[in-house]
Amino acid sequence: MLTALYVMIGLALLLGIVLGYSALKFKVEGDPLVARIDALLPQTQCGQCGYPGCKPYATAIAKGEADINQCPPGGDAGVHALADLLGVEYKPLNAEHGLPKPKSVAVIDENVCIGCTLCIQACPVDAILGAAKHMHTVIASECTGCELCVAPCPVDCISMEPIAESPANWKWRYPVFEIKPERPVQKKSAA
Amino acid sequence: MNRSPYLTDAPSVTSIMLRVLLALVPGIAAYVWVFGGGILVTLALASVTALSVEALMLKLRERPIRMFITDGSALVTAWLLALALPPLAPWWLVVLGTAIAIVLAKQLYGGLGYNPFNPAMVAYAALLISFPLLMTSWPAPLALAETQLGFIEQMQFIFSGALPTGVALDAVTSATPLDYLKTQLMLNHSMEEIAQSTIFGALGGQGIELIAAGYLLGGLFLIQQRIITWHLPTAFLASIALIAAIFYLSDASRFADPAFHLFSGATMLCAFFIITDPVSGPTTPKGKLIFAAGIGFMTYIIRVYGGYPDGVAFAVIFFNICVPLIDACTQPRVFGHEK
Amino acid sequence: MNAIVNISRLLKGKLAKTGLSSFKGGVHPPQHKLESTTSPIRSVAAPKHLVLPLRQHVGNVSKLQVAVGDHVLKGQLLAKADGQVSAAVHAPTSGVIASIGNQLIPHPSGLPDISITLEADGSDQWIEHQALDYLSMSKPELLDHLREAGVVGLGGATFPSHIKLREDARHPVRTLIINGAECEPYISCDDMLMRERTDEIVRGIEIMRYLLDAEVCAIGIEDNKPEAIQAMREAVAKSAIAIDVIPVPTIYPGGGAKQLIKVITGKEVPSGRLPTEIGVQCFNVATAYSVHRVVNHGEPVISRIVTVTGNVDRPGNYEAPLGISISELVQLAGGEAEDGDLVMGGPMMGFNLPAADVPVVKATNCIIVPSAEMFPEPEPALPCIRCTRCADACPVNLQPQELYWFSKSQNLEKAREYKIFDCIECGCCTYVCPSNIPLVQYYRYAKSEIIAQDRAKEAADIARERNEFRLMRIEREKQERAQKHAQKAAGAKAEAGVDSAAEAAKKAAIAAAVERAKAQKAEVVAKNTEEASPRVEAEIAKIEARRAHQPEPPVQPEQAQLFAEQQEAPAASGTGQADGLQPLSKEKQPTEEAK
Repeated sequence: MLTALYVMIGLALLLGIVLGYSALKFKVEGDPLVARIDALLPQTQCGQCGYPGCKPYATAIAKGEADINQCPPGGDAGVHALADLLGVEYKPLNAEHGLPKPKSVAVIDENVCIGCTLCIQACPVDAILGAAKHMHTVIASECTGCELCVAPCPVDCISMEPIAESPANWKWRYPVFEIKPERPVQKKSAA
Repeated sequence: MNRSPYLTDAPSVTSIMLRVLLALVPGIAAYVWVFGGGILVTLALASVTALSVEALMLKLRERPIRMFITDGSALVTAWLLALALPPLAPWWLVVLGTAIAIVLAKQLYGGLGYNPFNPAMVAYAALLISFPLLMTSWPAPLALAETQLGFIEQMQFIFSGALPTGVALDAVTSATPLDYLKTQLMLNHSMEEIAQSTIFGALGGQGIELIAAGYLLGGLFLIQQRIITWHLPTAFLASIALIAAIFYLSDASRFADPAFHLFSGATMLCAFFIITDPVSGPTTPKGKLIFAAGIGFMTYIIRVYGGYPDGVAFAVIFFNICVPLIDACTQPRVFGHEK
Repeated sequence: MNAIVNISRLLKGKLAKTGLSSFKGGVHPPQHKLESTTSPIRSVAAPKHLVLPLRQHVGNVSKLQVAVGDHVLKGQLLAKADGQVSAAVHAPTSGVIASIGNQLIPHPSGLPDISITLEADGSDQWIEHQALDYLSMSKPELLDHLREAGVVGLGGATFPSHIKLREDARHPVRTLIINGAECEPYISCDDMLMRERTDEIVRGIEIMRYLLDAEVCAIGIEDNKPEAIQAMREAVAKSAIAIDVIPVPTIYPGGGAKQLIKVITGKEVPSGRLPTEIGVQCFNVATAYSVHRVVNHGEPVISRIVTVTGNVDRPGNYEAPLGISISELVQLAGGEAEDGDLVMGGPMMGFNLPAADVPVVKATNCIIVPSAEMFPEPEPALPCIRCTRCADACPVNLQPQELYWFSKSQNLEKAREYKIFDCIECGCCTYVCPSNIPLVQYYRYAKSEIIAQDRAKEAADIARERNEFRLMRIEREKQERAQKHAQKAAGAKAEAGVDSAAEAAKKAAIAAAVERAKAQKAEVVAKNTEEASPRVEAEIAKIEARRAHQPEPPVQPEQAQLFAEQQEAPAASGTGQADGLQPLSKEKQPTEEAK
């Protein structure tokens, strides 16, 4: 009776020490979950989720403050990826935060631009080049299509243009793989 | 809009399946010779059941019926099960077994190409567990039986269980060689004594060895037709022969020789027709060797130590489970890669 | 079929003794090469109307050198190579540039791309050109010439050849392999070229060998082309350098560069690497021919040999100017060109042209006009039964049935893990599939999807980095501002009363500005108060009294400076403080008006 008790206590102590030791020894620096969530987000930095960027949204998801379906640029695939990572149920995109759109880039109408620098301040990835009173231009390859520069422009000279499909960025389509039902012709002859 | 290659040169699934059926013919002919024409009734029963159950399931699953019914895979399953069952098994056992194979083991998993287990073996195992007595009572080969049943009498027996007046059940049945061997060994008889029994032939069981030779012939035809590769049968037979040889050499009075194991029970049927089912088997060359050798090993162990006379069905199902693992571990070296 | 396979196995065994290696898998589709090899290569005159896409090669789009309305001569440069991985485009005949813009090109996407339209003037007048004395030139100079002449791999890959001909000190090329295997059915352009332009090909090989300084030189030709083998053997015997003509067994895809290298050298090109890493470089025979034309005649690449075969009256090989409409070429061969019907390339790896009037480009080796019986519609696909015929046929030893499974379920990571990028899309798996599954299409889909995802991931990583940098910069500026505030405050305390001269001047300037503003305001205010009623005057007096009590808000010079910095920071180059101050003065205006 007593032996059993001692064995249990001894085991509990031993396991406690092992657990405590490994907690210190194998401690992971930072919050890998936030980084892993952030890696799945499209980095558009558009703020449509209600947070000032992808990282803050990732942090909010990790803390359980935000839902996984608030990122329209990530699209359905993004929600699926987040659901997979976090082991939660998939849910359709929340339309309150906007709908997915084809990826586009901001284009500044250079004849209209007055060089006010407001769009430069709004751009989350410093993709707009220019200086005060000088015409601005968008570095298309760096633009994430977040649309944050559109609203601040006092002369409405920024428009979003979808990226057109060209032979250079074209993708093969998913093969149509249909198991055809019985041919209607045969049905007719049978009837 | 781009669908290259525009050329193809492949036998259809239907023609592959029909050739498998064709390859079974020598074995069936030997079967008829040894056990009588009753097997033809069993085969017909199984075929009709398989096709109608398959059609019904396809209709329920809203799949194109004509396309899948004509692929011939249901017939192959039905024939393999019919050949694995004891001859003269009652009609309802054949129908039930075929239905289990097609409905449970094939269609419920998604039909052709999606079944993880060999349908015929799943049905066989289910029947063996549910009706152990029926599944282990074999009629004696015609040459050994006291009373030889004619085709009509066999058919009557299959459908009603009735024997001609004046014939006792014992007069037509006998233990299978594997069964007999096991019980006699349990009674501490030595191999030499046991081998005196008339049920043993030159290599395996009397008559049964002839059927096994028929399957072997059909199997070689399949290899020649490139429908199966040499890997599976060779590894399977080699594995059984090897382990049987080890046991035989260790104590020849208690263990049967390798030839007996190769030519009795379902060894040959298994080697060329059952483990070669591509859907539930591995795909890599090395994987095929491991899979087949594993089944051979396990079959032998069940035969010698297990509670059932022949262990092929259980061994196949067990290794079906291992297929994804075997495939994942035996991926061949890709061109330009170091292993 | 079985007999063929068995015989080929026997042959393989025999060849193994002759020193040739082999690769696993492969198939033996019907050849159909005889139809197009009965007549010699026919030359095609320049048409009235030519379309020259600027993207006819792997790499950067060429840079335009002409404008609409320019008159150009035959062989004149229209667009030059943009960077190293690029190739130039030349005028195949003399004429006028009619337009520059998007036109349909022969590409599986069926999408238009930027192209030059040339209206021929009919005179076909050459620009001045001459042979190069390449032995007296430096190698980089010669390579530049090749780049400017638009030489690309004419086997179909269209990779700029000058890059492959560069000597690399780390990976010296020991073996130069010339690919005359031409393993795809129907195509015979290389075969006919080897029969008819044998000496020219050898001259080209000599130049290539000189550039690479290769020790061994071999031409691999499939043994179904005995005439070409014979002709090449006779020609290399006359050459100053030692060139081996090696007949290789006829098996598809034995003409794939990596497969041919394996057969001839016995070595495998490591996955994802270049053949130079094992000391081998491989070129198509047509590329060798065009190198010869460039160097020994000074002619850039403006035409190529195209096999036109299938359902035409005169199947054969045509030396067609680049840019000629494919429908014109088909009509020349006596066929009817219907949209969406024609196939460019061979039956194993080719693709349906989006329209019949797309131009011939450098990659156009073959045009097949199919009849309904030639390429029947595929049967409906059945589920995969894992029969592994595809795995047996795969020349790179992949497990196509697994890749199909992963591609179909869009499990792209798994597809990559099972080495989908080693797939050469040869089509052998689809060729032998009993279930009629369009396997290669699934692989193409999966590959392009993975590439797109990788690009998106790369873009996201860059965006994250830039966003993090921006946040860091804003944070740093905030700190700097706070630091300056603190310094200023401390400085003000320490040097109370002791104004530096500069600060005094600044203060004076500000004071002057304030004065000016006051004076201005006074002037403005005076105007509408002159004829006011006594009640209004009393009101004004009241307000003035109230205002007088409020102290003038001081202008903070450092605040202005900070604002200017903030304005400037995102800009690439500062344009001075004055500009930066602009928005501040804007902000100031309402305050003044309120006064």
